[in-house]
Amino acid sequence: MPALKPASILGLLVLILFVLIAIFAPWLAPHAPDQTLGMSWDLPGPNALLGTDNLGRDLLSRLIWGTRVSLGVTVLAALVAFSVGCTLGFIAGLRGGWLDQVISRCNDIVMAIPTLILALIVLAVLPKTLLTLTLVLGLLESTRVLRVARSLATDIGVMEFVYVARLRGESLGWILRRVILPNALQTLIAEFGLRFIFILLFLSALSFLGLGVQPPTADWGGLARDNKDGILFGVWAALIPGGAIAVLALAVNAVADWLMSGSTRIWGKKA
Amino acid sequence: MSDVLLKTENLRVVSAGKNPRTLVDDVSFTVKRGEVLGLIGESGAGKSTIGLAILGHCRQGMRIHSGSIVFNGQDLTALSDRRLRQIRGRHIAYVAQSAGAAFNPAITLGEQVIEAALKHKIYDRQQAQARAIELFEQLGLPQPQAFYQRYPHQVSGGQLQRAMIAMALCASPELLIFDEPTTALDVTTQLGVLKAIADVIRISGVAAIYISHDLAVVAQISDKIMVLQHGKTVEQAPAAQLLAQPQQEYTRRLLNAQGETKTPQTGEAPVALSLRNISARYQAQPVLQDISLNLPRGRTLAVIGESGSGKSTLGKVICGLLSPETGKMTLEQQTLPAGLRQRSRPQLRDVQLIHQIPDTALNPKERIGGQISRVLECFTSLNRPERQAKVSELLAQVGLHAELAERYPAALSGGQKQRVCIARALAAEPKLIVCDEPTSALDPLVAREVLALLRKIQHDTGIAYLFITHDLQVVREIADEVAVLKQGVIVRQGPVASALSEPLDDYTRELLHSVPEMRTGWLAEMFVSA
Repeated sequence: MPALKPASILGLLVLILFVLIAIFAPWLAPHAPDQTLGMSWDLPGPNALLGTDNLGRDLLSRLIWGTRVSLGVTVLAALVAFSVGCTLGFIAGLRGGWLDQVISRCNDIVMAIPTLILALIVLAVLPKTLLTLTLVLGLLESTRVLRVARSLATDIGVMEFVYVARLRGESLGWILRRVILPNALQTLIAEFGLRFIFILLFLSALSFLGLGVQPPTADWGGLARDNKDGILFGVWAALIPGGAIAVLALAVNAVADWLMSGSTRIWGKKA
Repeated sequence: MSDVLLKTENLRVVSAGKNPRTLVDDVSFTVKRGEVLGLIGESGAGKSTIGLAILGHCRQGMRIHSGSIVFNGQDLTALSDRRLRQIRGRHIAYVAQSAGAAFNPAITLGEQVIEAALKHKIYDRQQAQARAIELFEQLGLPQPQAFYQRYPHQVSGGQLQRAMIAMALCASPELLIFDEPTTALDVTTQLGVLKAIADVIRISGVAAIYISHDLAVVAQISDKIMVLQHGKTVEQAPAAQLLAQPQQEYTRRLLNAQGETKTPQTGEAPVALSLRNISARYQAQPVLQDISLNLPRGRTLAVIGESGSGKSTLGKVICGLLSPETGKMTLEQQTLPAGLRQRSRPQLRDVQLIHQIPDTALNPKERIGGQISRVLECFTSLNRPERQAKVSELLAQVGLHAELAERYPAALSGGQKQRVCIARALAAEPKLIVCDEPTSALDPLVAREVLALLRKIQHDTGIAYLFITHDLQVVREIADEVAVLKQGVIVRQGPVASALSEPLDDYTRELLHSVPEMRTGWLAEMFVSA
């Protein structure tokens, strides 16, 4: 592991804080997320520390519950993206030939369509549940992961220790899991950080457009949309979820940077 | 102006960090004008580090701790980066090992050769071009005018290396540093490049430092030789004196780096591997043509030839990594299917491969023990504790401590890694091991030990080796029979004693005679007699 820099320590702490908030949301939130406390956009007070939202609900509570949804959907979608992307990318990179052509060209076709538009069309047709949302986000992002995974597998696949495994008669699956994956892991973990950020921004954008997480469930993008009109009246409620998105993205980026700095050489002198 | 060009005193280079390791320890030497100093030692001896330090440069994570490097009366360790840049290339030039990596593929060779001279404003463009062409001629490059216009990919490795020497010489430096300039080349190509180096040094009268791990090569070029080990000077003497009367035990070992010659086994023996009329190609490029050979059980067949002669391809075909176009292979009288997928588990088990570069043959992310154990898991019915015991046994067999099973490859030296690769091949209890230049990436002393180990294993187990190499010394140490490969065709084949003695064909003679001999003046004699 590379040495920790102050920025990455800070990023790691912020990330842990967000994860803890997401896990302990029911105990941390002072109110239920859909409980009406007062009028629209009440000023911060003892009952609502950050004031209320457009429908008079506690903004802080919705923010805390929203952390759970935003973080959860993003993590799950990133996992989907990596499972699908790595499997297909590794197979394409290692097997090469026509299989690589089929997988890579199909991937190029999907990548050629702007993701936001593709997601809007798909989500407009499908039922807007958290499950479909997670899958759509994950599959769309898996195209990017596939590219990275494929190039990693081509690089590692020409190493002699892969030939050694093939000479032993090992199956493709075994080579992928036991030889390619461990050697690609550090790069992939760093990539996971970056993909996480993109998925978070993408999810927030969808929610802001009304096709992501559906009301009354709170998530950061949705909170920003609900309260955006308040800005006209001098209410800054919409900026708080926006700020949360930015802070989390920066934190994850700092952590990913740290992981990436050690992954320039996969099989150098140092392990 | 004094006679001494470079005077290095008590040079000490350490690694950066909290616990600095000393990489070069208290090394002192002088180079007079027109003199060639040879630096010799194994990898990790600090040769290249010294070479770079003279350029006022340290690799990342190193620094010059103390000592002085006085060049032309200036202490290089005290100069600013800007002043150093004026000296580099202009007064001191560097020739690296891999010419392929040193050239920009998008610019013609000639333009790259004159770049330094133009930058330091020594010549104008026309003068520089004339100088470059003159140098190409001195270096024995064919058609110097046309060569100037070529791109790096259009010339051979030996020519590229010469172009790099021309690049270093173009600005007429006073000191040249050669860092293993012929190590990556074939023996036959090496001979030509060595000749070119010797000639340009003689003609231009430039002083030089020649770094190599091959004492026989250094002896041809140098006036004075310094032997290094673990960053320390072992001894320093004029070349002829060092070879004739080495003072230190380590130098003596280097001088005798050729191990004992094997007494080749001859006579009838049951055939282990037999190839009949094998031809193979990469796409349209034919690589092997009509190869037929027999390898008796428990013997070693050395396949020799220049790079590009198809040696490694032959190894791949036998292992099943490349399917031949035509021909038939049998192992112990049973047909060996061409492709890896058609081979049964016992057939996979019977043929094992040892690679040239042990660093890339071991999975860096898996423990040594796990990698050997997996072979046992694939080919034997041993259970876990039995496998563990067997791994220790195999490690002991190749002369390694059983503790190494818990380590990752990065924690091992090159020689240890190659021993692990041998242990991994042995784990399968094969009938045949294809050895693809297993010692050419190792230091001479380590290589000798590995060869001795391979001989001992063959003696104990009766495994047959197909030994691919370009090094004729290695052939004498390990082989019973030899096949000489030239452009994919076997030109000569038979027991070592008869195949490598007169009457020889031209190609085999060239291969044999290109191996530098451990005495001064060999290079000069080669070209006097030629």
